[in-house]
Amino acid sequence: MSIQSCVTIINEWDIVAARQLGRNVAKELGFGIVDQARITTAISELARNIFLYAGKGQICIDKLNEGGKVGLAINATDNGPGISDIRQVMEDGFSTSGGLGAGLPGVKRLMDQFDIESSPGDGTKIKATKWLR
Amino acid sequence: MRIPILKLYNCLLVSIQWELDDQTALQFQEDLLHKIHETGANGVVIDLTSIDFIDSFIAKVLGDVINMSNLMGVKVVITGIQPAVAITLIELGIGLDNVLTALDLEKGLEKLQQELGE
Repeated sequence: MSIQSCVTIINEWDIVAARQLGRNVAKELGFGIVDQARITTAISELARNIFLYAGKGQICIDKLNEGGKVGLAINATDNGPGISDIRQVMEDGFSTSGGLGAGLPGVKRLMDQFDIESSPGDGTKIKATKWLR
Repeated sequence: MRIPILKLYNCLLVSIQWELDDQTALQFQEDLLHKIHETGANGVVIDLTSIDFIDSFIAKVLGDVINMSNLMGVKVVITGIQPAVAITLIELGIGLDNVLTALDLEKGLEKLQQELGE
């Protein structure tokens, strides 16, 4: 079961809107202060990646309830240039923008589950999930 | 909205009270350097007590403004980093190495005076 709300990312203000949405949902689901900060930060990084690399995309926040397990999933999708070497971008310290926007490994560490699908010309789809403990 | 920068004796005091968007952060960078130049301040304390998350962009802007201030001969101390912010910054892989920090504003001002040898 999941309920979804989305923010379209086109400019810097949409990054603020996306993380505010995420923080509100995290609060509502009962996440503590530290997990709220983790979720907000992860959304901010993923939204910024869309803004920087794809120009346009979407951040959707899912409220999850799987067999009594409550969680929050961040879905970041874009139709940008895509990533040719996913293994490379998942290495700490790799950046094509000189340190702006986040390393995906950082986002992975902030969240419990992290899935990425991408190929050149096909855009990028990232799903990062945090479970309520 | 612009972040107010207050002069206190030979120091500048900044308390960031709301969530920073990109424009505000970049504007602050410029404003602080101009204020340093204008006032001849020797040190700066930036208090982050009210900030509940810092992403890599804000961290980069903060790190850059500290380096820029150092270039101008001014020391900067960051104060009031909340536990949740410290945890997420390190997990994200951002250490803010070589940055002077203190638990709160009071300790930050003390540290700054020590650094300035006053």
